[in-house]
Amino acid sequence: MHHLLSAADLSLGQATAILDVAEEMHDVQSRPIKKLPTLRGKTIINMFFEDSTRTRTSFEIAGKWMSADTINISAKGSSVSKGESMRDTMLTLDSMGVDCFVIRHPSSGAVAQASGWVRASVVNAGDGRHEHPTQALLDAYTMRRHFRATGDGEFAGKKIAIVGDLLHSRVVRSNVLLQRTLGGEVVLVGPPTLLPTGVETWGCPVTHDFDEVIGEADIVMMLRVQRERMSGGFFPTAREYAEGYGLTPERLARMKDAAAIFHPGPMNRGVEISSQAADAAASRVLDQVSAGVAVRMSVLYHLLGGEGEK
Amino acid sequence: MKSDEGTRVVWDAGDISRALTRIAHQIIEANAGAEGLALLGIRTRGVPLARRLGTIISEASGVDVPVGELDITMYRDDLRRNPTRAVGRTQIPGRIDDRVVVLVDDVLNSGRTVVSSLEAIKDIGRPRAVRLAVLVDRGHRELPVQADHVGKDLPTSSDERVTVRLAEIDGEDAVTITRGLGA
Repeated sequence: MHHLLSAADLSLGQATAILDVAEEMHDVQSRPIKKLPTLRGKTIINMFFEDSTRTRTSFEIAGKWMSADTINISAKGSSVSKGESMRDTMLTLDSMGVDCFVIRHPSSGAVAQASGWVRASVVNAGDGRHEHPTQALLDAYTMRRHFRATGDGEFAGKKIAIVGDLLHSRVVRSNVLLQRTLGGEVVLVGPPTLLPTGVETWGCPVTHDFDEVIGEADIVMMLRVQRERMSGGFFPTAREYAEGYGLTPERLARMKDAAAIFHPGPMNRGVEISSQAADAAASRVLDQVSAGVAVRMSVLYHLLGGEGEK
Repeated sequence: MKSDEGTRVVWDAGDISRALTRIAHQIIEANAGAEGLALLGIRTRGVPLARRLGTIISEASGVDVPVGELDITMYRDDLRRNPTRAVGRTQIPGRIDDRVVVLVDDVLNSGRTVVSSLEAIKDIGRPRAVRLAVLVDRGHRELPVQADHVGKDLPTSSDERVTVRLAEIDGEDAVTITRGLGA
């Protein structure tokens, strides 16, 4: 594995290996000395052309805990703001001998395109509405731990409801693609105005009725409603959205006993998720954040740890 | 394993069992009792050896000695020269701070595994002392490493391969030498 651009690139063996190594990395997280020498001498550049706190920080921490040198570049304050193209910026950095680019970009497909320009490994940390593979991996990691704690630990036979703004979310597509490999059954729930075109070809059931799904889902994954969409004519008001597609206290009460609540963050309390649900015992939101570092350590290890095939 | 022409068995189950009993008693003696000991097996075959030693020490001394496993994949100095490998479980029995940790491995060869293990231990805690017990010392050291407890010194040439087979993993106990495969 040289790049990680799409969740679909991962075979079952590779995805399982990433989740397994992440388990070990999670133990490192609870040690007094959180440092492994594994990526000593490797240089990782975080290039974020879009705002991000948790993804960028967790990639940075993941690299540092494995002894890599991590450097952050944002569009603001770099030569990108002087008008240098992304390609030239990356070629410049590539010539300096960096080993890995972690890229977030507002345009779908930009990261995959960038991976063709450079010798270094490229990790997609979110491109437009397209994909966010490490988020899907950390979701899968958190799900697997939850399934192990409550039952057989298998993805097969589990129902994963992904609810909300499917149109603007890159988390959805990566989760759908990864679960296609891992075997979980994804159900998409969202208002008709917020469905991506071609969703019917994704191979998973789509419904507009959250109440129909809530009682049978093992995982209820709520997607963030981006503030700027609220005035975009996609739905009348935030309150009305919450009525139809929010995880309200009433819906929380209807969830299966062993079901868990997921949210990629940041949460809009009172819109897609009520405070009762966000703080409920079934909420795995903080586990997702904690898994983020371990999973990204594992991804960096698999990309940069050995010579591998290049 | 294929028992082809070039492989000969140098130790059988009885030899291994006697060597472990001897090492276990040496460990107790060197430590003046089994209090404050912790055994750490280096994956893969150091782990069952550490468990067996732990059982013998506990039976002989009446002290329950904690046994853990150490995976040093992330600490290997040849990591980037090989494809990424699976990382095994590291399990530390409680805290190792201020204990005497006995590292256990099957074969002592270049000494690199031991040095990587010491680095891994350093990140986990600060033992009072670290000792090294190995079933077979085959020589060919590349680093200044010496074992405290050795089951068998096995002088070999560098094109011979020493293999330790253990019942827990391989279904039988044996130490074999294979010719012409390299170290």
